[in-house]
Amino acid sequence: MIHPIPPGTRDVLPDEMRELRRLNRALIDVFEARGYGEVATPAIEYDEVLARGDGRAAAGAYRFFDESGDLLALRSDMTVPIARLVSTRFAEAEMPLRLCYLASAFRAVRPQRGQMREFVQAGVELIGAPAPAGTVEVIEVLEAALDAAGLDRAVIGLGDSDLYRQLLTEFGVEGGARDSILARLATHDLVGLEEELGEVEGISDEQCATCVALSQLRGGSEVLERARGLLGGAVGRATARLQETYDALEERGVADRVQIDLGLLRDLGYYSGAILEVYDPALGHILGGGGRYDDLMKRFGVDQPAAGFALYLERVHVAQMEEESRREKGSS
Amino acid sequence: MSFEVAGIRAKADGPLKLAVPRGALFTETLDILDAAGVDTSGARGDSRSLIFETEGITLVTMRPSDVPTYVEAGAADVGITGKDVLLEQADRAVYELLDLGYGRCRMVLAGRRGDARMGESQRRLGMMRIATKYPRIAERYFEATGRQIEMIEVKGSVELAPLIGLGDGIVDLVATGRTLEENDLEVREEIFECTARFVANRVAHKLRATEVDELTAKLREASAG
Repeated sequence: MIHPIPPGTRDVLPDEMRELRRLNRALIDVFEARGYGEVATPAIEYDEVLARGDGRAAAGAYRFFDESGDLLALRSDMTVPIARLVSTRFAEAEMPLRLCYLASAFRAVRPQRGQMREFVQAGVELIGAPAPAGTVEVIEVLEAALDAAGLDRAVIGLGDSDLYRQLLTEFGVEGGARDSILARLATHDLVGLEEELGEVEGISDEQCATCVALSQLRGGSEVLERARGLLGGAVGRATARLQETYDALEERGVADRVQIDLGLLRDLGYYSGAILEVYDPALGHILGGGGRYDDLMKRFGVDQPAAGFALYLERVHVAQMEEESRREKGSS
Repeated sequence: MSFEVAGIRAKADGPLKLAVPRGALFTETLDILDAAGVDTSGARGDSRSLIFETEGITLVTMRPSDVPTYVEAGAADVGITGKDVLLEQADRAVYELLDLGYGRCRMVLAGRRGDARMGESQRRLGMMRIATKYPRIAERYFEATGRQIEMIEVKGSVELAPLIGLGDGIVDLVATGRTLEENDLEVREEIFECTARFVANRVAHKLRATEVDELTAKLREASAG
């Protein structure tokens, strides 16, 4: 007899579980070896607490009342619960604080798209280490994690989340117009972007061209060179931040798989400064992401800079399988 | 951000894969690709093949409405399809890089010529019955204009619906307007104009940046000329 489970959830059977367990262990070993202690937090939290971290409607897709009428929610990532945990349990601890996790998170899905309501994330949070050193450390851990997963072709995109917000303010674009331009940038709708920019009054052709050109700048450190030729103090500040991070990565010999991407714009509400995305050529979707969220801890009463990343475990597993079969094909 | 773990997997090795729409956009798409230096002669014959290898690029032919699906999953790195398709499937995460300018047509609300039924239904029943192949575009349009409708989704010739009493009007794509005219229908409201667009998979846009940018530049030049 067939008893259904909700769409976007799944059972894991022994063959897959064995491989997932091996991957889990490899990732946690990398994190632990670098001083990141594993933590677990409840899947259910008070909605009010989660909303403090990420006030957008996307936070907490699953809300319900408990027996005493309090509003609870399922977490949609681990970054916000860990910010809550740090301020509650480690407020007086010596910084920097290194924590890692392997946990399920829950998000709303669009019907019939094969999206997951419940998915597993493996990641780290580095609290109390400012840019660029903190960012560089997180990227190094991420690279070690990708190596441990056997994804030696994976690439890390490095961008700056403050760039467009600041640039548009500088160009005098505010309010609704700024939001709709940011939305076009986030979805990378270049045709729509040019239309939106064209409708803004008082913005020059050169300023429009700067916004469009910036969103297409991705590659090695040469893109920073090209960005410096563009308008705007915000561009100058963002490229200086990225250059500083990139130089530190080069110094430590870990810049090779980092792609600078000025078009990167993650839509999570708490990022500031550096943002990361992870790609593997064998997969059409991103494997994970992260970045800096220097203001998030403040919302929980601890004024500390922070950075981290999360990998989507199931996707890493898919990429791992693809890369394995590619290597086998290559060697036969 | 989207969270698919299922879906078709891309192979980033080998030539760039371009999803080419069959149907109304097919010939003009091949023309612009020729102008951009892609050899499309293989795809022009009456071959039943779906995949054509050319130098440096693989052409994968498919229904226009499947293009966002293949490109989002990364099975095709880049693709060409109509803006109507992209708007109807607005939740597909693909990068829209270029307006190619051809395949120009209008999404319209149409009714029977001289027929007052749409207005009558609106006034007396509080809603119109609208037949369409574009349910999400129609839903957004009527929501944005503050009107309630009863949506009737059809797959084939939507012009048929109001003629035999299925719905008061239609929302459909119109190129020359001839089909409407021959079926005794007239445009009542224009919703938007659409043209062919060049789209890219988000990972291919990052990892095959040079190839994607080069093709974008060539297509930009070809579509301007």
